[in-house]
Formats: sequence, C-alpha cells, structure tokens
Amino acid sequence: MPGAPLIEASEFAAGYDGSAAIEGVELTLSAGQTLALLGPNGGGKTTLLRALLGQLRPLAGSLRVGTACALVPQTERSRLDYPVSALDVAAMGAIPRLPWWRRPGRRERADALRALERVGLGPLAGETFGELSGGQRQRTLIARALVQDAGLLLLDEPFSGLDRIGAEVLEALIGELASEGRGVVLATHDLEQARACDLVLCINRRQVAFGVPGPVLGDLRVLEATYGGAIVEIPGGGGRAILPPHHHHH
Amino acid sequence: MLEPLQQPFMQRALLELALVGVAGGALGCWVVQYGFSYAAESLAHSIFPGLVLAAIAGVPLLLGATPAVLLAALAIAACARIAGVSREAAVAAVVTTAFGVGVLLALSPSSPPGIESLLFGDVFGATDADLLAAAGLLLVAGPALYLLHGRFLAVGFDASAARGLGVSPAATEAALLALLALGTVVAVQGLGNLLVVAVFVAPAASARQLSDRMVPMMAIAAAIAVTGAAAGLYLSYYAGTAGGASVALALVAAYPLSLLAGRLRTAVRVTAAREATIG
Repeated sequence: MPGAPLIEASEFAAGYDGSAAIEGVELTLSAGQTLALLGPNGGGKTTLLRALLGQLRPLAGSLRVGTACALVPQTERSRLDYPVSALDVAAMGAIPRLPWWRRPGRRERADALRALERVGLGPLAGETFGELSGGQRQRTLIARALVQDAGLLLLDEPFSGLDRIGAEVLEALIGELASEGRGVVLATHDLEQARACDLVLCINRRQVAFGVPGPVLGDLRVLEATYGGAIVEIPGGGGRAILPPHHHHH
Repeated sequence: MLEPLQQPFMQRALLELALVGVAGGALGCWVVQYGFSYAAESLAHSIFPGLVLAAIAGVPLLLGATPAVLLAALAIAACARIAGVSREAAVAAVVTTAFGVGVLLALSPSSPPGIESLLFGDVFGATDADLLAAAGLLLVAGPALYLLHGRFLAVGFDASAARGLGVSPAATEAALLALLALGTVVAVQGLGNLLVVAVFVAPAASARQLSDRMVPMMAIAAAIAVTGAAAGLYLSYYAGTAGGASVALALVAAYPLSLLAGRLRTAVRVTAAREATIG
C-alpha cells in the first residue's frame, strides 16, 4: 500500500536562464515507492533531480516535495585520492542541520557510524573512501543521505560500473529503504533495473510516459520517443536494451 | 648547537617563521588539496607592486601588500568574466602585469636600495610589527580552519554534492583564498615575494605523502614547516647563505625525504596486510 505522497508534479517545467530543459512533468510518488527515471544524456534527468532537490524554481506548473530530499551522486564525481574515511563522508550528511560554525562532532560521527552499519559497511568505517569498491562507495554515499535523514533519496546512475554482486547488494538495500517508507528515485540507463521499480518515468526534454513498468516499457513507441534510435533488440529474444551512452560530466 | 639561538636576530627569525610555518603548513594542506598551488604563487607575485610602493613610502610592507592583493583579486575576477578568457589566462595576465609594474617601480631612480629583500625576503630583519602580524595570522587562521573544517572537507570532496548539503562551493573557496591571501601578505616579509609560496605548498605536499587524513596531515605539515625553518636558519647561520632562500630550500628538501618515507610506509602496510591475510 503506497503511503503519503512524497512528490507531486503537475505540468511542471524547469530549466536554466528561462528556457526549459524539461517540461510537462506529471507524476506522483508515494512513501515506500521506487521510481526509475529513464532518458538519454541531455534529456533533462539532471535538471529534474536538481528541481527535486529544490535547487531550481519551476518555470511552469508546480512541484511539491513533501519530505527532506538527498542526492546520492555518482561516485566518480568525488575525488578518489581525497584524504577522507568512509565515516568522514557519511558524517558530511550532518552539515545541513548544523549551524555554520559547527563541524560534525562526536554525536554526528555516531550517527554516521550507525548509517554505515545500516548499509552494511560498519567494519569499513575507517577505510579511505577511494580505496573502497565502487559498490561500497555508492553505499557510503547512501549512508550520507541517511544521516541527512532524507525521506526521499535521489540516486544518479547508482549501478554504473558495479559488478554483479555489488549491484545485487545495492538492489537489496534500495528495496529495504523503500520498505521503511522512504521514496527512492533512481536515474538509470538500465531497462532491467527500471523494470524492478514500482514506477517508471521516461523523459526526453519533456515527459514521454509515466506509469508502472510493464505497459510503459513494453511500448516500443515510448522507448523510441525516449531514446531515439539508440534501442537495439537483443538477439535470441533477450528483450530490448539501450546502447550504452557516451559518458560525460556536466 | 644552541649557540645560534643566543643571537636575538636568530630568535626573532625563528619565532617569525614558526608562527608563519604553523599557519602556512596547516592552511597549505587545503591549498594543495584544492589545487590552488598556482593561485598561491600568483597571489604572491601580484602583491609585488604594493611591496615596492610601501618600501618607497617607508611604511610597513603589510600596508602595501593588502590593497595590492585585493586589487589583484578584483582584476582576476573581472578578467575571468570576459567571454573567451579562462580563469587561468586571467590569473596569468593579471599577475604578469602586476609583477611587471612592480619591477618597473623597483628599478625607478626613486626606489630605495635593498629592494631585493622584497623578492627574497629579510627574515633576520623581523620587526616587532612583523612578529605581531605573524601571531595575528595564527590567531585568525587557526580558529577559521577549525570552524570551517567540515565545509572545506565537503567541498573538496565533491563540490556539486556539497551544494546539496547547503554548502556554497564558491563561498568556501573564497574563504580559503582569503585566508591564503592573508597568509601571503604576512609571510612575504620573511620569505620574500619569490619564495613565500614555499611555505604554503612544500610542507603540505610532503605531509600528503605521510598521511591519508586531513587533521594529522595539517599537524605534520606544520611540524615540517617549523623544522624546515629551523634547519634553513641554521644553514644560513653557518654557511652564510641568504636566510629566506635557505629556509625555502630546507622546506623543499623535505619533499623527496617524505616521498621516500611515504613509499616505506606503504610497503610496511602492504606487508602487514599480507601477513594478516595469511595468518
């Protein structure tokens, strides 16, 4: 049973310098639900995530986010040679609730350790962040979002670069977080991961489709409108897949 | 061994450099982590005309250096706003211009003798005002580094994610640059315009080889800076070499040593980890 609405968007548009990078967004996400955000690079995923974080004003329509919201960025964005422990990174989640002259102290570090234990990284709390595996780094950043006490987690391409075991551990963790009543939005290129979510939102500079994965992802026209020509049939009846996009940072 | 320390000018030089070294070493760790080493060098050069004017006017160097550093910062910000001009190019253009103006002033007939002390420092000529300024630097930089630690750490780790934590990367970087500018105008008296960057970059780069965490790294950098300053002063005393240059040399010499020590530390760790897995 879905809980209280965490995100309510109606005819929502957002962008930069007055021109919309994403428009026509119409969606509702309730507590305990997971939402896959599918779209090509430059299709407005990052813009939508920034809008959910409250960093962009709506250009049209409305967007209501009913809970604290935290971004779990791609781990490649952080510097791997940076001198911090997993515990240091998780404790950064306490910064928003501290006044500017306070640094994360004993109590915040205790919170951070609990969050790391929650994501299964308690024994690795003292390790250097850059020396952890990709999946462990991703879970450290989720722990930071938990320290932020976020009811809504925004995961940006969380599965990219993970091996099978890392992906399975992360998938199970996302399921647990949702079962605790949190909302989870994950931006992804992986149709398989999207099928495992409660809801799917396809965007390509505007909303293409929103709904439960079966019908939305089963409709070839939706995938074509979302990705253009970059969809391939996997030979031997393996379904459809999206050609890996060129990776670039914004 | 203790004989040089009985000389008042040595005591003053050592006190000046110890104060500047503790502040500069700790602050330098952030400068190096943020990739601001070039900015540190540039800041130092851009204050040269201010130093020359202060020397000509016969006022404390700090009075010339402070407006010069502010002017350079504004000029860099303004140039970087011109379309097609990168920040790096803006820094290079402003710094070269400022340094050129400084040289022009320094070579003018009205400039007093001894202008080279502005370039290479006059560590043995530290006045009471210089010592006070160095103590003031430590009193400002110490608490600032303590209070801003969490923010510096978050922005250096991932600036865009820091914004999501309610930390402004631009304001945080500006705070670091302001501290660096303050450190430069104070430290330039002892080490001079060309060598002052050594105290912000060399001990921090060395300390990075010896620690994987910020706080111990800052303590190690401060210790290296003070030790290097003492070693340089002794070298200068016994070998008769220039004070500022000897100190800069000692600070930089710590780097290959720390590289070696860092390698050794990694090797010991790998061996210990291997033994732990086997045993």
